[in-house]
Amino acid sequence: MFANFLKTASVAALATVASAGASLAVDLEFYFPVAVGGAAADTIEQLTAEYGAANPDVNITAIYAGSYSDAGQKALTAARGGTPPQLSVLLSTQMFALIDEDVIVPFDAYLTDEEKAEWIGGFYPSFMENSQTGGKTYGIPFQRSTPVLYWNKEAFKAAGLDPEVAPANWDEMVEMGKALTLKDDAGNVTQWGVRIPSAGFPYWLFQGLSTPAGAILASADGNKVNFNDAKVVEALEYLVDLSKTHEIMQPGSIEWGPTPKAFFEGETAMMWTTTGNLTNVRSNAPFDFGVAMLPAKERRGAPTGGGNFYLFKDSTDEQKDAAVDFVQWITAPEQAATWSIATGYIAPRAETWDTDKMKAYTADFPQALVARDQLEFAVAELSTFENGKVTQAFNDALAAAIAGEKTAQDALDEAQAKAERILKPYQ
Amino acid sequence: MTYDRLLNTAAAWMLALFWLLPLAYAVWTAFHPAAYETRFDLLAPLTLQNFAQAWSEAPFARYFLNTMILVTGIVAAQFTLCTFAAFAFARFTFPGKSIMFALVLMQLLIMPDILIVENYRTMSQLGLIDTIAAIGLPYVASAFGIFLLRQTFMTVPKELDDAARVEGCSYLGILWRVYIPLAKPTFLAYGLVSVSHHWNNFVWPLIVTNSVETRPLTVGLSIFAVTDSGIQWSIINAATLMTSGPLLIAFLLFQRQFVQSFMRAGIK
Amino acid sequence: MDTARRQWIYAWLMLSPAMAFLILFTHYPAVQTILNSFYSTPRGRREAVWIGLDNYQTLMLDDVFWKVLANNFWYAVWTIPLSIILSLAMALWVNDKIRGRGFLRMAYFTPTVLPLIAVANIWLFFYTPGFGLIDQIRGLFGLPEQNWMGSPDTALYAMIAVAIWKEAGFFMIFYLAALQTVSPSLKEAADIEGASRWYYFRRVLFPLLMPTTLFVSINAVINSFRLVDHIFVMTEGGPNNASSLLLFYIYEVAFDYWDTAYAATLTVVMIAILILLAIGQFFLFDRKVHYK
Repeated sequence: MFANFLKTASVAALATVASAGASLAVDLEFYFPVAVGGAAADTIEQLTAEYGAANPDVNITAIYAGSYSDAGQKALTAARGGTPPQLSVLLSTQMFALIDEDVIVPFDAYLTDEEKAEWIGGFYPSFMENSQTGGKTYGIPFQRSTPVLYWNKEAFKAAGLDPEVAPANWDEMVEMGKALTLKDDAGNVTQWGVRIPSAGFPYWLFQGLSTPAGAILASADGNKVNFNDAKVVEALEYLVDLSKTHEIMQPGSIEWGPTPKAFFEGETAMMWTTTGNLTNVRSNAPFDFGVAMLPAKERRGAPTGGGNFYLFKDSTDEQKDAAVDFVQWITAPEQAATWSIATGYIAPRAETWDTDKMKAYTADFPQALVARDQLEFAVAELSTFENGKVTQAFNDALAAAIAGEKTAQDALDEAQAKAERILKPYQ
Repeated sequence: MTYDRLLNTAAAWMLALFWLLPLAYAVWTAFHPAAYETRFDLLAPLTLQNFAQAWSEAPFARYFLNTMILVTGIVAAQFTLCTFAAFAFARFTFPGKSIMFALVLMQLLIMPDILIVENYRTMSQLGLIDTIAAIGLPYVASAFGIFLLRQTFMTVPKELDDAARVEGCSYLGILWRVYIPLAKPTFLAYGLVSVSHHWNNFVWPLIVTNSVETRPLTVGLSIFAVTDSGIQWSIINAATLMTSGPLLIAFLLFQRQFVQSFMRAGIK
Repeated sequence: MDTARRQWIYAWLMLSPAMAFLILFTHYPAVQTILNSFYSTPRGRREAVWIGLDNYQTLMLDDVFWKVLANNFWYAVWTIPLSIILSLAMALWVNDKIRGRGFLRMAYFTPTVLPLIAVANIWLFFYTPGFGLIDQIRGLFGLPEQNWMGSPDTALYAMIAVAIWKEAGFFMIFYLAALQTVSPSLKEAADIEGASRWYYFRRVLFPLLMPTTLFVSINAVINSFRLVDHIFVMTEGGPNNASSLLLFYIYEVAFDYWDTAYAATLTVVMIAILILLAIGQFFLFDRKVHYK
C-alpha cells in the first residue's frame, strides 16, 4: 500500500545517495510510547531532526507506537520476528520481562569506565532503581514521572484551612479531608476531601502509601515480593478507611481519566496524580492551586514511573554505538531541558536543572520543582519478572479491598500466594 | 388517537431520546469550550476551536483515508470472493460440497476477532505487520457473506438460469447477468453490515498497526484519547463527530433506500 | 468433457480463493491455537516445550478465568434478549405511522455509525460519579452519588447497558426490513376477526419474523463474545475483574502478560463454547425455522 510505497521509495532514495559515494549511513529505529501529535511527539521530532543535522551519517526514525503497553508489545513482537528496533522507550517496569525475553542488552559494554561513572552516575538514584539489576544498567531514564498531591487553595480557604499548607502526613490528610468534605442538606456529598484514582492500575498510587509506611514491594532482583508485609496491610487499610471510616473519598474504584476534571469542577479538593498533569492543571484549573509531595507516614515516599531507553540486542555494534551516542545526546542538559519543559516529565539528571532554560522555567512555575525534590524519597515502581501477571494479582487485591469484598489482610495474602506461584521459576 | 397509541408513541420517543443521548452529548461538548463539558447552560458560548485543535493535534484526515481504503478494500474483496463461492454452493453439485460448506459455516462462530494471537503470528511471518492489507485479509473470505448470498442465489428460478443457458451463456455469464442483478439488495444489505463492522472494528487493527499511514480511525481515536492529562471530552468528541459525520449524513440521506434494499434482501 | 466433471472444475475454481483465505485465517490458526495450548510460552532462549495439559490445569485453578467466564455468561444473558426485544420494539414502532418516524429511525441508528471505542468516552462521562450525567440527573431528585464503574456490583451492568445501546439499533434494521415484507392484508384480516394487537403480534407477526430472529440472535451471540471495545476505555476489566470478559482477558494475557500459550488455551475454551452454542441454537430453532 501507500506506506509500503513510501518505504520502498525512501529505501531507493537512500541507495542512490549511498552509491553516489556518501559515507555508509547507520540506520536507527526506535519505538516511542506516545500518541502522534501533541507536545511529546513534536518534541521528539524536533530533537531527532536536530541530531540528524549534527550527525549526517546516522538516520534516525522514531515510531510513535501509542500507549506504553502497545509500544512494549510491538517492540517485543518485532524483536521476536527478527526485525527489532535498535532502541525503544518502554516502561521501566518491563526491564525484567525484556531480559527474560532475551531481547535487550545492558549499556555497560558500550560505555567507557569514565562514562559509566559520570554519565550513568549523573542520573537520580531513584530513577536508576528501575534501570539496573545484577550490577548492569539496562535502562536509561528519559520519560519519567512521579505522583504528587494537588490541592485547591480556594477550597482550603473556604474550609478555614491555611491555603498555603498541604497535608504533611497521613493524619493531617484525614483531618484536612474532613474539613474539606462538604455535604448538602440531604446529606449528599458535594465536595470530597481527596481523590486517589485506583481504577485500572491502582498499584502505582498505592506505592505512594506503602512506601511512606515503610514497605518495599519487590526485591531488586525482581523475583520476590512482599505484598502481605504488615506495613503494606497498614497502607491498604488506610486507603480503604479514607472512604469507609473517614468518608473523605469517593467509595469504590476511582477512574483516572476524569480525575483532573473532578479537581477542576470542585468535586474534590485534593487529588493525587502524576506530575505529567502539571501543564494541564496549570492551564485549566479555574482557581489557585498548590502542588506538594505526597504526605508522610514513617517517612516520605513515592514511586517513580514512566519510561526508559532500552538497547535492543539484535543489531550491529555500529548501530549500538550510534544508539548509545544518541541516548547520551538526548539526555544531555540542553535536550533534556527542552523535553522536560515541553512535556512535564522530570528531567532525570541533576545538571539539567542548572541550565538557564530550566531555571527560567522553574522561576516562572515553581510547582515543577516539587516532583524533583520528591525524588530524594522516591523508590522503584513495582517491577518483577512476569511483571504483567504479578502486578495484576496485586491490582486485583487492592481493588477487592477497596470494594470491600475482602479485608486488606486476606486480599494481600492471596496476592502474595499468587505472586509466589508465578515467580517460583525465577528463584 | 387511542390511549394505546399514545403510550406507544411516548415510549418510542423516550427510547429514541435515550438512544440519541451520546450523540447529543458529543455535539454539545464539541461546540462548546471545555469548561461546559459538565455544565449544560443554554447560554454557553459556541466555538469551533475544539475541531481546529483536534484536527491539528492528530492526522485525522489520514486516519479517515486509511479507514476508507480499508473498508472499500474489504467490501470489494468480500463481494468478489463470496459471490464466486456462493455461486458454487448454490448452482453446482460437486464432491465434498457439504464438507466445504460446513468448513465455511465454522467461521460464522470462530470469527477472526478471536484468533488475534495466531493471526498476528501469520501476518508477521508474511511480513504484513503494519499494513492496511493485514487489517483486512482475515475478513475477506466471510462465511456470513457466502451464506447470505447462497441463500439468495438459491431463490433464483431455475427457468431463468435455463433460459440463459439456452442462449449460450457461460456459467460466468449467467452469474453476471442473472444471479448478481437479482441479488442486488442482498449485496447492499451485506455491504451495510460489513461497512458498519469494519468501520467500528478496533481490537485487531490496534494489534497489527504501528503507524499513522496504516491506523484506521478507531485506533487513531483511541490513541488520541489516551493522555496523562485525563479525558478532554470536548476535543475527543469533536474528533469523533468529524470522523463519524460523513457516515451519519450518508445514512440520513439514504435511509429509505437502505431499508428498502433490506426488505428485498434475503435477510428476513 | 461431461457436464458433471465441468461443474466440479468450475465449482472448485470459484470456491478456491475464498477457501484459501478461510483456511489461512480461520482453520489454520484455529488448529494452531489448539496445538499451542499444549506447549509452554517461548521466552527468550527457552524454546516452547510440550507440557501436555499443564495450561489447562492452570486454567482450572485460575480464579480470574472463572470470574471472567461467569461475567461473560451474564453479559450474554442480558445483552442477547434485551437487545433483540428492544430492536423488535423499535422496528415495530418505526414501521408504524408514528409521529416523527424519520427522526426516530435516525436516533435508533446512531450507535451503528459511532465507533464504540469513541463513544465509550462519552459513556464514561455519563457514569462518572458526582459530575457525570447520570449523577447530575440523580442529584435533581436529591439522590446521592453512585460510582457505577467503580463498584463490582454495577461495573458489569454498566458495560452491558452500553453493549445493548450499541446493538439494538443495528438489529432494528433487520427487523424493519422483514416487517416491510409482511402483507398488510394479514393485519386487515386480523382486525376483521377482532383479534387484539397482542394476539396478532404473537400468533401472526412473530412467527413470520422467526428467520430474522434466528439471524439476529446468531449475531447477538457472537457479539456477546466479540464486543469488548468499550472495556478498554472504560474499566479495563476492573474493579478486581468484575467487568472483564473472555476476549478482553485473552487480549490481556497475550499482549500485556506476553503469555501466548495460555492465551491460546483461553481461546480454545472460547471456541469450544461457541461450538456448543451453535449446536444448541441449531436444535432450539431447527423446529421453527426452515432454511434451505
